[in-house]
Amino acid sequence: MSLAEKYPQEVERILAKYPPEHKRSAVMPLLYLAQREEGYITKAAMQDVAQLLEMTETEVAAIIGFYTLYHDKKEGKYRMQVCTDLPCALRGADQFLEELCENLGIQVGETTADGLITLEEVKCLAACDKAPMFQLQSGEGIEYYENMTVDKTMELIEALRKAGKEVE
Amino acid sequence: MAYILLRHREIPDIHEIDVYEKHGGFAALKKAVTEMTPEQVTEEVKASGLRGRGGAGFPTGLKWSFMDKNNWPHYVVANADESEPGTFKDREIMERNPFQFLEGVAIASYAVGANRAYIYLRGEFWPIAHFLDEKIAEMEKAGYLGERLFGTDYSLHIYTHLGAGAYICGEETALLESLEGKRGQPRIRPPFPPSYGLYGKPTVVNNVETLTNVPYIIANGAQAYRQFGTEKSPGVKIFSLSGCVNRPGNYELPLGTTFRELIFEHGGGIPEGRNIKAIMPAGASSSFIVATDEALDTPMDYESVPNVGAQLGSASVIVIDDSVSMDWVVEKTIHFFQHESCGKCTPCREGTYWMRKLIERIRHADGTEEEVALLKDVAMQIRGKCLCALGEFSTMAVVSGIERFAPDFEKAVATSSPE
Repeated sequence: MSLAEKYPQEVERILAKYPPEHKRSAVMPLLYLAQREEGYITKAAMQDVAQLLEMTETEVAAIIGFYTLYHDKKEGKYRMQVCTDLPCALRGADQFLEELCENLGIQVGETTADGLITLEEVKCLAACDKAPMFQLQSGEGIEYYENMTVDKTMELIEALRKAGKEVE
Repeated sequence: MAYILLRHREIPDIHEIDVYEKHGGFAALKKAVTEMTPEQVTEEVKASGLRGRGGAGFPTGLKWSFMDKNNWPHYVVANADESEPGTFKDREIMERNPFQFLEGVAIASYAVGANRAYIYLRGEFWPIAHFLDEKIAEMEKAGYLGERLFGTDYSLHIYTHLGAGAYICGEETALLESLEGKRGQPRIRPPFPPSYGLYGKPTVVNNVETLTNVPYIIANGAQAYRQFGTEKSPGVKIFSLSGCVNRPGNYELPLGTTFRELIFEHGGGIPEGRNIKAIMPAGASSSFIVATDEALDTPMDYESVPNVGAQLGSASVIVIDDSVSMDWVVEKTIHFFQHESCGKCTPCREGTYWMRKLIERIRHADGTEEEVALLKDVAMQIRGKCLCALGEFSTMAVVSGIERFAPDFEKAVATSSPE
């Protein structure tokens, strides 16, 4: 099913934001929409966006490749993106990430065995006074978790795990 | 002093439209649209001395007056891409005092004759974009946005647009490319956006904090605004304070407040009795200021900060204490810029890559003093050779770190060994 068939109202609302002769501007919001269900953009969805906006597939692929919040392969259901930039690091973010790796038994860039969490290290998220912090990205969106400890993070992961099982 | 920008700290529910109205909200917009010409609005902002709060400090009213009046339509774009390490002020404004920001967008749009305005938010501000969408809808319902505002011929629509994780999109021409659905890479300037901006049309790009000052200026007049700050840097500024301080956070203070007052009075000083070593006043893009008494007593305004060897920029003050080695800090900033270089200009793309290689050798392998000199040399080769400021920014900490904190690098060379 194409994006326009799957989310007709949202596609229309997105296209209405931009002048009709500049509909290419809609590529970024449409790619978020394409990423919603699976957490990454499939080749078919990419072709779909290209067709909808009269762009070439290469042009759409270039957008996906350039911006870090678009993904072209399946990873964990949630991407836990920890900021380790200078201000966060001055508040212990490097150690936080290291301990989180130990607790989860994975390295940065890896996914937990149950496919729930992919752990990533990212650049500044504009939360410098509330480190350690991370954002959780899923197909549904992005949420910030600030002033975190490893214990609080492990509790959050456990809650996400339980919530996921209940849905199944 | 009462707050001008962070008014939610006194009026917690100011994000509710009726509360905002009750506290004078939208009076400035109504006054501008019904009682003033666009030129008068621009003149008032010019007279206030308001300068861009995103980092460049360009006079706001002057920028508005540059809009090409022979080329239409005009656009206003609010730069909400806040991504500089150490900067987190625009986020607080949008989350807590959204209507004042949106009113500022609307007044700016009226001043330059734009019927469409876009707010470009960094992708990570996903929930904030949805929140602003709700606030925009409430304004439309109440008649502050939409067709024929206040019974005049003026119409305005504001739209949010989410980026997707790219520091470079805070650079105004890269932002416009991104908004046009392209990769966010800077354009050659000139032409500047007021003559060639979004879709090639005249466009004003202003930072969120800049725009949030505008309703106060229109409601109270330029002279009222000038009672704060200094002669050449009038008004208030939000200082984002982070790093080695007891009370990090945003502080709205008059321009010209000293580093000492910000860090020690408001920020509560340095934790665990340690001593302050260096200050980065403009986030990761900043040169290091050596934290001498003279530096601490320097007023934080656009004219004074250069006297101690840095720029005020976005006023994102990162404090570094004496437990921190500067070669470590430099490695952090190089990592950032190497990751965020958009790849368009060779000196930045290749230069940040080689700076990273060198700092990693200096810190983690058997780096030599020659390599420290080479690192500085590579940084100097980047300067002045890139289309936008990112290349330049990537060299600030490197050069000032090696020049002003040489012993830290000597120690790094002496103690590093192959892992």
